[in-house]
Amino acid sequence: MNKILWPILVALTLSACGTTGGTQATVEDRTGGTAGTTSTGQGTETTGVGGSGVAGNAMGDQYSGDPRKNPASPLSKRSVFFDYDSFVVKDEYRPMLEAHAGYLMSKRDAHVILQGNADERGSREYNLALGQKRAEAVRKALAVLGVSDAQMEAISFGEEKPRNEGHTDEAYAENRRTDVVYSDEK
Amino acid sequence: MLDCPIKKAFVSPMSVSMLRAVLLFPLFCLTLLCAPFSARAAMEIQVIGGAANKIAVAMVPFQAAPGQPNPALTQIAGDDLNRSGQFRLVDVGGAQQPVVPAQVDYGVWRGKGADALVVGQVTAQPGGRLEIRFHLLDVLKQTQLAAYSYTITAGQWRATAHQIADLIYAKLTGIPGAFSTRIAYVQKQGRRYELRVADADGQNPRTVVRSNESVISPMFSPDGSQIVYVSFEDKKPVVYVQSLRDGHRRKLAAFKGSNSAPAWTPDGRRLAVVLTRDGASQIYMINADGGGLTRLTRGSNIDTEPVFSPDGQTLYFTSDRGGSPQIYRMAASGGDAKRVTFNGSYNVSPAISPDGRYLAYISRDGGRFSVTLQELASGQTRVLTDTARDESPSFAPNGQAVLYATVQGEQGILGTVSLDGKTRARLSESGVDAREPVWGP
Repeated sequence: MNKILWPILVALTLSACGTTGGTQATVEDRTGGTAGTTSTGQGTETTGVGGSGVAGNAMGDQYSGDPRKNPASPLSKRSVFFDYDSFVVKDEYRPMLEAHAGYLMSKRDAHVILQGNADERGSREYNLALGQKRAEAVRKALAVLGVSDAQMEAISFGEEKPRNEGHTDEAYAENRRTDVVYSDEK
Repeated sequence: MLDCPIKKAFVSPMSVSMLRAVLLFPLFCLTLLCAPFSARAAMEIQVIGGAANKIAVAMVPFQAAPGQPNPALTQIAGDDLNRSGQFRLVDVGGAQQPVVPAQVDYGVWRGKGADALVVGQVTAQPGGRLEIRFHLLDVLKQTQLAAYSYTITAGQWRATAHQIADLIYAKLTGIPGAFSTRIAYVQKQGRRYELRVADADGQNPRTVVRSNESVISPMFSPDGSQIVYVSFEDKKPVVYVQSLRDGHRRKLAAFKGSNSAPAWTPDGRRLAVVLTRDGASQIYMINADGGGLTRLTRGSNIDTEPVFSPDGQTLYFTSDRGGSPQIYRMAASGGDAKRVTFNGSYNVSPAISPDGRYLAYISRDGGRFSVTLQELASGQTRVLTDTARDESPSFAPNGQAVLYATVQGEQGILGTVSLDGKTRARLSESGVDAREPVWGP
């Protein structure tokens, strides 16, 4: 993107203070990242770790013509959806996963977290394992495409972070999903 | 209202020492040394059904002292007995209100159908303390079954009521009571999650963890001094162990991948946890201090929700190795697993009764998820509830009831059910979402 605009954007973003105010559009692009990495969601009183840990320069990475943000690129697609009770990565996600594999192999210091999710029906722990199975399916698909294990971590949110909080079949389908989230995009 | 300035801190109740220290007639005074509890938002009890041959108990409200806490001791203890399903409370209205045995006209109480009668009094003592004396009487034999006294602070009011209920329960059923035990659960309000520890009747809740991310799968250590749980605050599931005495906590399992489903061994030295560090969700053992990690199951399918039998010899868990989630058991030392549940295509979340006789679990039948009980020796099963979204069953420490979560009107609530399924009580607080309950010591 435009390198001249870049410092202005950073300044605007930082002055917005809300941290998400100026970044709405971009955040929505990376659909997978929104639920899992909202930094304002941090804060557990037992540790005293509170507030946002987002630093200005970290945010800057998101706005400098990052190919992962190009809406025209399959790299901008971050979610793999699964059928009910299924852990098969469907063929339609092949271009997207090939693009991410290519990016990760070209950038060996890049790291992705594969966040598996499940719908809300049934046991929370079993749903956590189902989400893990979906994350693991995407991890294996990327590994087959040549991505190093050290660049990937498959984790699960189970039913704890539904993108759609409804109780319909459509909501459940939206929540049976693995999101590809880059660590530097947190 | 907790005296302690640290929000996460939790004051351990005195139940065990108190029970041991209680003495039979003649009356002794007992001073309870414990920080005061606080009474908070009310949880209601709804007894839906009940067994036919209940013990009929008449609880005469104790003669009150000026300024004593509310509700009355007999109200709290009566609710406890009522919730168990093993008792019927006799209406004491319109009858004589004796305070000591000498005042009792047994004919009156026999006429009301009472099997047992409880009378007592509360008197104010110097320094704001209260003395409570009560007598449990056999109406038919016209004898005294037990008599006790306590000297307490106002903050020990509810704990004392639960002790009284335990004593009545034990005397009349021959089974130890579980009213002085605690439960833990997760409360969700908006986007805030709180792990709470409350009395077994759901009252007196104390928050031990506050987080903006989900908390699941709490479990008390066998001695009740610690709680283990899974927190998502680190952007992935991580297992924490936290002291209930001072609130200090540490990460027990934070390996690559997901860390979840912790379960203490009965001796409290080790825990089973589910890790994905080697790919699939598999069961591992880890020392309570975080060392000594060993892998227990070796499959490529899901193995999760481990729980130990009371003797520590057997591990029950959920696995999809047969194509659908079912409960299996294996030796705690490892080896082959045997399938335990066979009816239906979804049986998860095993809990084993303290005597090792029963398995409680969640079974799906036609889209309904219900608490189900299996007698392990015979394999016979019984659905205990009539709700459709039950989760997280766990047994009372005396094995006489199962605590579980369910959903009513889009709100998560907690309930208890007797093993015959005939008495269901609701422990609920209006306006909040409660889930992930577990019954502790």
